[in-house]
Amino acid sequence: MADKALIAMSGGVDSSVAALLMTRAGYECLGVTMKLWAGETAGDKTCCTADDAMDARSVAMRLGIPFYVFNMAGEFDRQVIGRFVRAYEEGLTPNPCVDCNRYMKFSRLLEKGRTLGCDVIATGHYARVERDAGGRWLLKKAVHGEKDQSYVLYMLTQDQLAHVRFPLGGLAKDQVRALAEENGFLNARKRDSQDICFVPDGDYAAFIRGYTGRDYPAGDFVDEAGHVLGRHEGIIAYTIGQRRGLGVSGGRRLYVARKSLRDNTVTLTDNDRLFSRRLTARDINLIAFERLDGPIRCRARIRYKHAEQPATVTQTGPDELTVEFDEPQRAIAPGQAVVLYDGDTVLGGGTIWKTEEL
Amino acid sequence: MYVYADNAATTALSPKALEAMLPYFTETYGNASSLHSPGQRAAEGLLWARETVAAALGAEAREIYFTGCGSEADNQAILTGAALGARKGKKHIISTAFEHHAVLHTLKKLENEGYEITLLPVHENGVVTAEDVAAAIRPDTALVTVMFVNNEIGTVQPIADIAKVCREKGVLCHTDAVQAVGHIPVNVKDLGVDMLSLAAHKFHGPKGVGALYARKGIALVNVIEGGQQERGKRGGTENIPGIVGMAAALQEATTDLEQHMAYVTGLRERLIEGLSQIPHSRLNGDREKRAPGTVNFCFEGIEGEGLLLWLDQKGVAASSGSACTSGSLDPSHVLLALGLPHEIAHGSLRLSVDSWNTPEEIDHILQVVPEVVRYLRDMSPVWDELERGVTPHLI
Repeated sequence: MADKALIAMSGGVDSSVAALLMTRAGYECLGVTMKLWAGETAGDKTCCTADDAMDARSVAMRLGIPFYVFNMAGEFDRQVIGRFVRAYEEGLTPNPCVDCNRYMKFSRLLEKGRTLGCDVIATGHYARVERDAGGRWLLKKAVHGEKDQSYVLYMLTQDQLAHVRFPLGGLAKDQVRALAEENGFLNARKRDSQDICFVPDGDYAAFIRGYTGRDYPAGDFVDEAGHVLGRHEGIIAYTIGQRRGLGVSGGRRLYVARKSLRDNTVTLTDNDRLFSRRLTARDINLIAFERLDGPIRCRARIRYKHAEQPATVTQTGPDELTVEFDEPQRAIAPGQAVVLYDGDTVLGGGTIWKTEEL
Repeated sequence: MYVYADNAATTALSPKALEAMLPYFTETYGNASSLHSPGQRAAEGLLWARETVAAALGAEAREIYFTGCGSEADNQAILTGAALGARKGKKHIISTAFEHHAVLHTLKKLENEGYEITLLPVHENGVVTAEDVAAAIRPDTALVTVMFVNNEIGTVQPIADIAKVCREKGVLCHTDAVQAVGHIPVNVKDLGVDMLSLAAHKFHGPKGVGALYARKGIALVNVIEGGQQERGKRGGTENIPGIVGMAAALQEATTDLEQHMAYVTGLRERLIEGLSQIPHSRLNGDREKRAPGTVNFCFEGIEGEGLLLWLDQKGVAASSGSACTSGSLDPSHVLLALGLPHEIAHGSLRLSVDSWNTPEEIDHILQVVPEVVRYLRDMSPVWDELERGVTPHLI
């Protein structure tokens, strides 16, 4: 009997083609869309979880595979939205996609798949999984670097890697779209999702205010010396490295350097003072090895669209890494993930906890 | 011979649509919201129908919302336009004096709730122009709703031009296309409308099912609250047999549409030529800008009701106007909107044929109608006065 695979189908073209390739590979497939949030309208912009589920069903229907919608809104709220909001409230810059992969797709959904007799879960991520000579599972970049999504998968454990399939790892986006077209998938030309799915208009501050019902009091913009430069609209409205929309005219270009919950200040600084060479990460996950016995040379990426940079990495505790870049990096934001690469291989990563100023 | 010439009121169900529907009554009867396989099969039927209807209209599946009828779609579109406008402080709506009552009565309700409604007068040829609409648009206009094909006289409105004017002025545009879909080409992207209503039973689909196209990005306001059916925009367990029947009928109607239109236009032209031979008769609505199958005539000196009763006896099913208003003795609001006097508007006859009608049936109509008109005029004191010159002929 064929192996059973659960396909996490978002309704987008990538996971649709992943489903196609899994059926072609001989798996007995089960399409699943996670209903992750209530999908209420944000202004005039309709959220489209229900539409996306419909697109996924349309593909499942064409592939002749069973299709289910799992309502996981409660868990998504706790594990992803809640963490996102709390992190913002703490002055951090969270990456909810990492949390969604970590707590939803590759844990809860994988578990649900197991209860349905599915040994593997497949997604439309652009990444690859391989096994090294020693039997260790490795996470690798997609063959076509421009779509590589290994950054948001760095927290996969050995057990998870053993049970995931990324059928798109060797394909380019236009190949994926072509496969979708050839197979009559109506979402073949659907554009890629850009923003955080539960904040479709990208206005995080408005979302957080609406979600918590709390008011985030205005406070002072200050400079490095503590001089007041102006008023901010509540610290949740700002991101490290941000320049636009500050409303402060100091005769020079100023950027958000830090946000302090303690005194409700946002520190602004010059561009050249946004750089730092060292960061500490916690909540780490190492993939290529159990632990780091000594410092290693590798490349590190500090946000999704960051070009990875040469660095020296040391494990400084059971759950702590220190990354020292060869060149200072701009706007390292606590809360984001730092992911370590050796060529195409993801060594591991962690959540940026603090940075050290120059 | 009995000729059904009232296809604008409703149509016979097509055998293909019936065939598509039947399994959904007895075999694939699951609830599309259910998790299990029977539910999944029903959900697939629903999805097939949505994709099919979308394709026929040039829309995307996610832009199609199934409703219980065309009137519900009209209601939902107008209430949505009103609500979206009100959020921006816009509470003015433009429509025309000769819309279907699904539109007019919804607008009346909104007027009672504090909206301002402008009903554009209709030109004598039964057409409203884009210039008329443009001139009526104000900064606080929320919505323009103009029917595509008038249900009583069959005139076609310049919806693409009207939608263009609306787009330029940032006003939402809805069209009641209940009489258009399946009869003339309707492509929502070419038209550029934001919302469009249709009803299955006007194109040989089943009764009790309609649809609303709403352009992506338009957050519909519910008319029926309930579960998550229709992506939360229309509660109530889906009428899957009806919806599937609608899709099958629309697919059939829009296949070879050009050929059907040419054929039906030929029938219509024979009707117009034949009925124009009757003295003191008048074709209502523009000679050219009309749907392929609908003609509307006034015959001076007779009552429409008597005409219809006699035609039924003689084997022709016709109507005086909209079937939805035939219970009332008032003259048609549509004909009055064209500027016809009451006494003329009273004596109207609508014949609506489509590709199911045969040339022989047209022969029958053209034989029977003049006979009945002559008979009724012979009995009519009004006609007597007209003929004796006591009152002047109006047509």
